Amino acid sequence: MIEPISIDIAALNLPSLVPMLVAIVGALAILCIDLVTKNLHKSLYVMLTILILLIDLGAVIGYNGATRGFFDVMLVDGIAILSQIIIIVGSALFVLLALSQQRFHEYRYPEYFALFLFMIAGFQFMVASDNLILIFVGLETASMALYTLIAMHNRDKSTEAAIKYFTMGAMAAGFFAFGSMIFYGITGSVELGQISQSLVASNFEPYALILLGTVFIIAALGFKLSLVPFHTWAPDVYEGSSSAMAGYMSIVPKIATFVVALRFFEIFVSVDNAWIEMVLYVVVITTMTLPNMVALVQTDVKRMLAYSSVSHAGFVMGAILVGTTQATEGLFLYWILFTFTNLGAFALLWINRTKNDHGFQSDHPFEKFSGLIKISPITASIMGLFLLSLAGVPPFSLFWGKMFLIGAAVNGGHIVLALIMALNSAIAAYYYLKLIVYMFLKEPQNDDRIEFMGNANNSLRTVVGISAIVTITSIFYIDPLLEMISTYVQISGF
Amino acid sequence: MEHILSILIFFPAFAAAIGFIVDKDAIRTYGITVTAIEFLLSCFLWASFDSNNAGMQFTEFIPIISQYGIAYNLGLDGISLFLVVMTTFMTMISIIGLTEKRDLKNLIITVLFLEMTMVGVFVALDAIIFYLFWELSLVPMLYIVGAWGGKLRIYASVKFFLYTFTGSLVMLVGMLYLGYVYFQATGNWSFSLLDWNMMMLPYNMQLWLFVAFFLGFAIKVPMVPFHTWLPYAHGQAPTIGSVILAAVLLKMGTYGFIRFSLPLFPDASVAMMIPMAILAIIAIIYTAMVAYAQEDMKQVIAYSSVSHMGVIILGIFALNVEGIGGSLFLMISHGIVSGALFMLVGVIYDRRHTKMMSEFGGLARVMPMYATIFGVMLMASVGLPLTIGFVGEFLSLLGFFAVSPVLTAIAGLTIILGAVYMLVLYKKTFFGPITNPLNEKLQDLKGREITALVPLVMLVVYLGVYPKPILDPVDKSVKQLVQVMYLKSVTPEAKTTIASVNTIGETK
Repeated sequence: MIEPISIDIAALNLPSLVPMLVAIVGALAILCIDLVTKNLHKSLYVMLTILILLIDLGAVIGYNGATRGFFDVMLVDGIAILSQIIIIVGSALFVLLALSQQRFHEYRYPEYFALFLFMIAGFQFMVASDNLILIFVGLETASMALYTLIAMHNRDKSTEAAIKYFTMGAMAAGFFAFGSMIFYGITGSVELGQISQSLVASNFEPYALILLGTVFIIAALGFKLSLVPFHTWAPDVYEGSSSAMAGYMSIVPKIATFVVALRFFEIFVSVDNAWIEMVLYVVVITTMTLPNMVALVQTDVKRMLAYSSVSHAGFVMGAILVGTTQATEGLFLYWILFTFTNLGAFALLWINRTKNDHGFQSDHPFEKFSGLIKISPITASIMGLFLLSLAGVPPFSLFWGKMFLIGAAVNGGHIVLALIMALNSAIAAYYYLKLIVYMFLKEPQNDDRIEFMGNANNSLRTVVGISAIVTITSIFYIDPLLEMISTYVQISGF
Repeated sequence: MEHILSILIFFPAFAAAIGFIVDKDAIRTYGITVTAIEFLLSCFLWASFDSNNAGMQFTEFIPIISQYGIAYNLGLDGISLFLVVMTTFMTMISIIGLTEKRDLKNLIITVLFLEMTMVGVFVALDAIIFYLFWELSLVPMLYIVGAWGGKLRIYASVKFFLYTFTGSLVMLVGMLYLGYVYFQATGNWSFSLLDWNMMMLPYNMQLWLFVAFFLGFAIKVPMVPFHTWLPYAHGQAPTIGSVILAAVLLKMGTYGFIRFSLPLFPDASVAMMIPMAILAIIAIIYTAMVAYAQEDMKQVIAYSSVSHMGVIILGIFALNVEGIGGSLFLMISHGIVSGALFMLVGVIYDRRHTKMMSEFGGLARVMPMYATIFGVMLMASVGLPLTIGFVGEFLSLLGFFAVSPVLTAIAGLTIILGAVYMLVLYKKTFFGPITNPLNEKLQDLKGREITALVPLVMLVVYLGVYPKPILDPVDKSVKQLVQVMYLKSVTPEAKTTIASVNTIGETK
C-alpha cells in the first residue's frame, strides 16, 4: 500500500513558476486571438508580445519568495533572476525588429509570436533550475521553437539552416540526456547540488565514468554555445536566418546555456579538478582563437559577425573556467553589454536588408558597404561605433566587459589566459576594422542594386538608437550596473 | 579654475560635436578659433602652474567604478605641463597651415576629437583612464590616415592601428595585474598612479611588468624593432596627420616610459638601462642610415623621427635628472621641429604633388623664404647649438655620459649622421641649378603657410637661446621622480646605480 502523497500547496512555492506561466499563457492568448480574428496586422502581435514580456519582467524582478520551489526543481537564485532579466530585455528588443518596413514571410503568422514566447519560457526554465531533467525540458522547448522560427523565414537557405540546426540540436539533446543519465547512475540524483555533494563525498570516483559524463555534457552545451569543435553549424545557420534572428541567436540562447554551464562546471572548477579544467581550458582557448582566424577571411558581414560572436562566446566561457566571483560578475557584465552592442550591429544589417539585392553572392558582402559614410553618415557612424565596441576600444561599452573579464582572469591567477584573451582582442580588431575601412575609407560603388536603410522605420531606428546610446554612455552606468550584478551573483553564492 | 584640466580635455570634444552644425565653408575658421581658444586655455594653465611645486597640481577625482577602484583622476606636473602646451600649440598650428580641400569639415572635426584624446593621455593619472584615451587616440588617427592619405593609405592606417592596439592590450593586462597586486598589498582596489607609486614591488615582478608596459610604449615610440609601421603611416598620411603623429602621438610612448615605467619599476629600469640603450642606439644609427637612403623627402623625415626618438629613449634611461629632463625637452623640441618639417614638405607637395627629391633642385632660387625656413628647421633637427634641437640632445647625451661614455660616444653619431642625411636632402632639393622646368614658376610661401611657420621659427630660436622657461619647471618634477625611484628601488645595486648616475655637476 503506497502512502497517499500529501503536499501542502504553499510548499510548492507556485510564485516561482509565475514568470514562465506568464509567457506561456501569453502565447496561448495570441493563438486564441488568431482563432477568433484572422489577418490582423503584425504590429498588434508585436505589441502584445512586448506587453507580455513586460509582465514577465515584472514577475521576475518582483519575485521575493524562497529560492526553491515546485518539488524542489525550481531554483530561483540571483543568477537565475539576472539571466532572466537579460533574456527578457534582449527578447523585447528583438521582437521590436519585427516591425520592419518591408514585409517578411514569417511575421504574417501569429504563430511566430506564440512560438517566440514559448521559447522564452523554455529559456527561463533552463536558467531557473538545477534539475537536469527540467533543464533538458526547457532546452528542448526552446530549441524546438527556435528551429521553427528560423525555418519560417522561408528562403532556401533558411530551411537549410533550420534543418542543420535541428540535426545538430537533436544530437546535442541526445548527448545531454546521456550525460545526465551517467551522472544519475553515479550519484543517484539529477540535481546538480546533490550531484556535487555526492561527487565530493566519493572523491570523484569512478573517475573515468565521471569524465565520460562530463564530456557528453560539454558536447551538449558546446553545441548550444557553439564552442569549438561544435561550432560548425553556427555560421551557416546565422547566414540562413534573418539578421535580426541571427543577432538574437548569438545572445539570448547563449546566456541561458551559459547559466547551465556555470551551474554545472562550478562542481568541478570549485574543487580544481585538473582533467576537466584542462578540457575546459583547451575548449576556451580554441573557441576564442579559431573562429577569430576564420572570421578574418570572410567576405560577408553577417558571417563575419557570426564567427566573431562565436569567439565572444569563447571569451566569456573563460569566465567559467576562472570560476571566481569576480569572473562570474564579469560574465554577466560582458553579456549584458554584448547584448546591446551585438543586437545593435545585427539590427543595422537588418535595417539595410532589401529584397532586390540578389545580384550579390550573399546578403551583406563587404563591398555593399563601401563608402557608406558618404551616402548615409549616421548609419556608418553608428555601425562604426558598434564595431569599435565589439573590438574593445574604450570607452565604448564592451571594453569594460573585456577589461573586467581579463582582470578577473589575472586575479584568478590565469595570466596566460589573460594574455591570450588580450591577443585575441587584437586579432578580432582586424576584421572589425575591415568593415570600418570599407565604410569610411573606400569610395561608394555606383550600383543601383544597393539601397541603404531600405528596411528602416521608426521602431527599428529606436532599437538601434537605444543600443547606440547604451554603447556610448557605458562609462556612466557601469558602476551601478556592476553593483546590481554583484548583489545578484553574491546572493546565489557563485 | 578648479576644473581646468577637464575643460582642456572636453572643450575640443564638445566643439567637435557641435561642429557638425557649422557650415562647411566656415569650418576652417571654426577649427582655428577652437584650437586657438584651447591653446590660450593651456597658456593660462601654464601661467597658473606653480613651478615650485614638484607634485601634481589641478587634480580632479571622480570615482567611475568604485568597486574596482577606477576613477576619473587627473593631474598635471612639470613633466606633463609642456607636453599639454605643445599638443594644443601644434594642433592649432597644423590647422592654420591646413591646405586640404577634400571633406574639410570631417577632417577638422576628427582633429578636434584627436586633440581631446591627446590632452587626455597627458593629464590622466588613473591607469585605466590613461589607457582609455591612449586607445581612443587610434581611432581618429586611423580615419585621418585612411581617408585623406596617399595610395597605400588603407594598408598604412590598418597597420598603424593593429600594431599599436596589440601592444597596448598587453599593457592593459599589465595594468590589471598591477591593480591586483595593489589590491593584495593594501586590500583596496586602485588604479591611481599616485597610489601605485607608494608600492614597492619585488624584482622579478617588476621585470615582467616592465616588459608588458614596454610593449605598449615601445610600439608607440616607436623603438626598433617595432618601428615598421611608422614610415608607412607617415608616408601615406596627409600633412596634418604627419604633423600631429610626429609632434604628439609619438611622445605618448616616451611620456608613458617616464610616467609609468620609471617610477613603478625602478629596479627593472636600472636593469634595463643598457638593453634599452642598445635598442636606442640601434634605432639612432640604423634608421639614420635608412633615412639617408630614402628618395622621398617625407620618408627621410619619418626615419629621422625614429632616430631622434632613440635619443629621447637614451636620455630617459640615463635615469638622472639631466637625461630625463633633457629628453623631455627633446620631446618638445622634436614635436615643434618635426611638425614644422612635415608641414614644409606638405607645402612643396601641394605645389608639385610629389615628394621625390629627384624632382627638385635649385628651389632656393625660386622660393627663398621657403628655403630659409626649411634651413632653420633642418639645423634645429640636426641639433645645431643655439637652436631648440641642441639643448635637448645635449642634455640627453650628457645624462647618459654618466652611465656609459662609450655608448654615449656611439649615440653621439646621431648629430653627424643627422647632418649627413639632412644636408644631403637640402642640397638635392634646394641647391644647384633648376633641372626640372616645372619648378621654375613655383610660388614662394604665402599667407596661411607663413602664419603657421613663422611662430615655429621664432620658438626654435628663442628656446634654443634661452631654454630656461621650460627646463625650470621640468627640473623640479624630474628631481622628485628620481627621488621616488631611489626610495622605491628594492635591490641595493639599483640604489647605488641611481645614486651614482645622479652626480653630474657635484663636487666629489
